[in-house]
Amino acid sequence: MTALSGERVEVRADGRLLVDGVDCTVAPGTVTAVLGPNGAGKSTLLRVLAGVNRPDAGTVRFGDADAFALRRRDRARLAALVEQDATTELDLTVADAVALGRLPHEGLWGGNQDERNGIVSASLEAVGMAGFADRRITTLSGGERQRVLLAKALAQRTPLLLLDEPTNHLDIAAQLTTLALLRRLAAGGTAILAALHDLGVAAAHADAVVVLAGGRVVAAGPTHETLVPPLIREVYGVDAVLLEHPASGRPVLAMELPGT
Amino acid sequence: MTAPDRTLRVLGRPALLDGIRGSRLTLTGVGALLLVLLAASVAAAVTIGPADIRVSEVWRSIAAHLGLGVSPLSPLRDGIVWELRLPRILTAAAVGAGLALAGVVMQALTRNSLADPYLLGLSSGASLGAVAVVLLGVGVLLPVAAFAGAMAALVATLALARAGGALTPARTVLAGVAVSSLAGAVTSLVIFWTATGDSYREILGWLLGSLAGARWPAVAVAGGALLAVGIPLLLVARILDAFAFGDTSAAALGVPVSAVRWTLLGATALLTGALVSVSGSIGFVGLVLPHAVRLVTGPGHRALLPLAALSGAVFLVWADTAARSLFDPRELPVGVVTAILGAPVFALLLIRRRERS
Repeated sequence: MTALSGERVEVRADGRLLVDGVDCTVAPGTVTAVLGPNGAGKSTLLRVLAGVNRPDAGTVRFGDADAFALRRRDRARLAALVEQDATTELDLTVADAVALGRLPHEGLWGGNQDERNGIVSASLEAVGMAGFADRRITTLSGGERQRVLLAKALAQRTPLLLLDEPTNHLDIAAQLTTLALLRRLAAGGTAILAALHDLGVAAAHADAVVVLAGGRVVAAGPTHETLVPPLIREVYGVDAVLLEHPASGRPVLAMELPGT
Repeated sequence: MTAPDRTLRVLGRPALLDGIRGSRLTLTGVGALLLVLLAASVAAAVTIGPADIRVSEVWRSIAAHLGLGVSPLSPLRDGIVWELRLPRILTAAAVGAGLALAGVVMQALTRNSLADPYLLGLSSGASLGAVAVVLLGVGVLLPVAAFAGAMAALVATLALARAGGALTPARTVLAGVAVSSLAGAVTSLVIFWTATGDSYREILGWLLGSLAGARWPAVAVAGGALLAVGIPLLLVARILDAFAFGDTSAAALGVPVSAVRWTLLGATALLTGALVSVSGSIGFVGLVLPHAVRLVTGPGHRALLPLAALSGAVFLVWADTAARSLFDPRELPVGVVTAILGAPVFALLLIRRRERS
C-alpha cells in the first residue's frame, strides 16, 4: 500500500530535464529520504510530489487519487510541504504564521477560532516552540523559523508531509528533536518524505531512501539495503564505512575523501 | 533556493502597539473611529474655502437633496456645497480609499514593500489612456481606456523588470520609473498636440493629479469602482495572507497562485484606471497609508484592507483641501501635496531596507 507515489515524473525548465522519469513511493507510517548531491533535483521533485507544481509528464498519486485531478484546496488538505528557507518580511507573529496552515480547511472568513487556536498551540508545542506564539517571526533565528514552518505544515493536519532539508539551520539538539518528531508522526500513520543532504541523518532515521543523481533515480529501497558504501562512492565520490551505534544500535556512517 | 526577501520590513518599532494589534477589537474599534473621522473630515472640508459655509449648512444641503423635508439653502450657497465642494470631496475620499487598497494588494502580490500604482507606472499608463480618449476622440469609455492604459503599463513594468533577471523590488521600481516617464511624456505630447486652451494646466492635472473638475459623475465613477473592486477584495483578504511566505508556500496552502495574482493585479489596474480617469495620477497614497496602517493593525489583510481604505480616504480629503486652500485663490495639483508628504516616507522605506548586493 502506498500513501504517496510518483510514476515516471518529469520536470523540465528551459529545455533541460531537471527530473527525468522518477518513480518513487512512500508507504504510510514511514519516513523516506530523498538523497542526492546538490543539483540532483531533490527540491524540484519534492514540489511536484507535494502537489504544488504540476509535472511535465508522469503521475502523482495521493493514495489512489491522481493528485493533479484533485482541487488545489483538497490537495492542500492531503499533503503539506515544508520549504527550505521560506522567509517573510511581513511582521507576522509566530501564531499568525502557523495559523496560515489552517487555510485549506477554512472558508474565506476563517473557521472556528477555538479549533484554530487549539491546533496552532498543539502544532507549536509539537515542534518545541510553545512559548513563542506571540513573538514576531522576523525576530527569530534561522532554526526557530524553520521549526515554525514545520508547525505551519503540522497545522494543515495532512496524512502526507513533505520536507525540504528539515534539519537545515538547526543545532544538533534541535535536529534530533525534529527527527524524533518525524518518527513520532510516522508512528501515528503519517507518510513522510524528506529531502536530505546529510547521509548520516538518512542512515540513522529513514526507513527507506530514494537516491537521485542528475534528475534520475540511481537507487531506491529500504535504507539498510540501499544506502551502502559502494552506492555512496558511486554517487558522492566519497569512501564510507557503515558502523553501528554502540548504545542505540542505529547505523552510523563515517565518510572520508578517497585516498585519505 | 530563494534568497530571503528583505523588502517587506516596514517602518518603525511597532512593539508599543502589540497589545492592540491583530485583535478583532482593532478592526471594529479603529474602523469605527476612522468612519467617524471620515464623516467629520468630509463635513469640515466642505466648510473650508473662499465662501464661508457652516457645518450646519452642509447637513442642511445634504438633507434637502435627500428629500428629508428640511428647508433648502439659498441656490447660491447650495450650489457651492452640493455642486462644487461635496462631489469634489467625496471623489477625493473614493480616490484615496481606492489608491490605498491598490497599494496593499500590489504590495502583497509582488512581495514588494515599494509597490504602489504610481511607482509601478499604472497611474501614468491610465493617464495616457484617458488623455488619448479625451483628446483624440477615440470612441471608448474613459474609464475603460484608463484601465487599458493601466494594465498595459503594469504588464510593461513587470516584463521589463523580469527581462534579464529576477523580479526584485529595486528592478521593479526602476522599470516603473521607465514606464511611467514614457507614459508621462507621451501624455504631455498628446495634450500639447491637440489642446487649444491652457495645456500646461491640463498636463499638470494629469501628471500630478487634480480633483478640481470633480463633480457628481466623478463620484459615481470613482465610488462605483471602489465598491465594485473593493468589496470582493475584502473577501479574499485571507488569500493575500497566504502570500506571506512566497508563491510556493501559497500554492502549498491550496491557493491558485497565478490565477489569483493576475485576477487581482487586473482588478488593481481596473480600480486605478477608474480613479485616474477622474483625478489624474496622484502619487504615494498607495505607498504611505498601507505602511502607516500596518504599524497599528499588523500585516493581516482582513484588518489592513478596510482600515487602509478608510485612512486613505481621510488622507486624500485633507490633502485635496490643503491643495485648494493653502495658496487660495491659486490651486496646487493635489499630487504636489501627497508627494511632499509621501516622498519622505518612501525615502525612509528605502533607508530601512537592507539591500543585498
